[in-house]
Amino acid sequence: MSGGHAHPLHRPGNTPVHRLAPQVKIVAAVLAVLCVVSTPRERYWAFGVYLLLLAAVWSIARIPPGWVATRALIEAPFVVLAFVMPFVAGGPTVDVLGMALSEHGLLSGWNILVKGTLGVLVSLTLAATTAPRELIVGLQRLHVPAMVITIATLMLRYLDVIAAEARRMRLARISRGHNPRFLWQVGATARGIGTLFVRSYERGERVHLAMVSRGWSGKMPDSGRSAGAVAWLTGLAPTATAAVVLGMALWP
Amino acid sequence: MTADVAMHMSDGLLNTTTSLLFAAVAVIGIAVAAARARDDLDDRTAPMAGLVAAFVFATQMLNFPVLPGVSGHLLGGALAAILVGPWVGALCVSIVLVVQALVFADGGVTALGANVTNMAIIGTAVGFAVATVLKRFTRTKPGLAAVAFTAAFVNTVVASLGFVLEFALGGDPAFGLGGVTATIVGVHCLIGIGEGVITALTVVAIAAVRPDLVHLLRGARRPLDVREESPA
Repeated sequence: MSGGHAHPLHRPGNTPVHRLAPQVKIVAAVLAVLCVVSTPRERYWAFGVYLLLLAAVWSIARIPPGWVATRALIEAPFVVLAFVMPFVAGGPTVDVLGMALSEHGLLSGWNILVKGTLGVLVSLTLAATTAPRELIVGLQRLHVPAMVITIATLMLRYLDVIAAEARRMRLARISRGHNPRFLWQVGATARGIGTLFVRSYERGERVHLAMVSRGWSGKMPDSGRSAGAVAWLTGLAPTATAAVVLGMALWP
Repeated sequence: MTADVAMHMSDGLLNTTTSLLFAAVAVIGIAVAAARARDDLDDRTAPMAGLVAAFVFATQMLNFPVLPGVSGHLLGGALAAILVGPWVGALCVSIVLVVQALVFADGGVTALGANVTNMAIIGTAVGFAVATVLKRFTRTKPGLAAVAFTAAFVNTVVASLGFVLEFALGGDPAFGLGGVTATIVGVHCLIGIGEGVITALTVVAIAAVRPDLVHLLRGARRPLDVREESPA
């Protein structure tokens, strides 16, 4: 990916975190997320420790927390459910600010919110310190099948394409006199879903043909830099700490 | 039984043995799909596969209320199977589920095997089987819409039966199996209607503009019909 196509989630830099081999960072991130999601939801302190660990990585990588926070908003649609749960779930209730909320629902809402947020933060840290091109090379070095890499990377690229096309179609509807309120535009979006698909495909097809005509063969050129034992050890250190925290959290 | 009934299973719903068993089923299924998908993926279908995955990813975020306290979301198996074929389709849905479980904590990691088995493998296979059986009705637009709707509906209900099977093998025996079955299947009949409508709308719109992109319609293209101008 050339400079002109810089990804909005990437923050170029030259810190130890940026220089670490991508395959080490991918393994570290996946294992860290596994630690987070395996933590029992009632162990509130463990999630605080995970956040501190992430903050330490951010300070080494020189990423301001505010930069991460604004980009973490992409998870907003996912956590809406978390705020609905205390109101719809059954079981015993507790009083919060005069409202009777379901205890079970509060816990499941908290579960989605905290694990989703930490998962997004870990992914953002990986994306901020690793260029998209490097991520693909890293997956290749981990021997992920080429086809899975193709589908997964195109999927992540096309999420942006779909969002941009949906914005354009909404703008087109508004400029033709459509007056959408918050929920009423859902109906128009649903009716236009097939059009959205075809439009996104045609943009995606142009992107793909441009890639093919520049020599894309389903594989990224790889300079073959392999990671030594030191890189693996230092790269996995934060994740190892997270694993220790998980062990303590699982301790009865 | 509340929002837990939504299709994504969370951690702790199934015991370890069952989770591992279905993780193995999922890995074998994905390996077979990956081996067979190689022939299906070329310059034209690679972006299609990526887009179908992105589309399924986006539509799985739309949780719509089915009953008070129960929300459902689309599974996308039939859509993927009709558009890119069963093998690539199963891969697409699996990738979506893995990314959602890891990045957005949607669906438990230990339940990933069972979720992939239900939604990516059973869902895609059933959706494709139904669509293939009904293929001769796809020549007209309403026919294609009906086929897409049926495939999506059956896919959703059968995928929910997959959950019932997993729950019967390794679920909490505190819940009666009969009650769970009735709730799950009932809810997924309703989700299936929503899924069917969205699938039909999408497939019909794509078939109208780019029938070459719809895997199900492959080989159905009519030969060029050259008519001579009648004298007179």
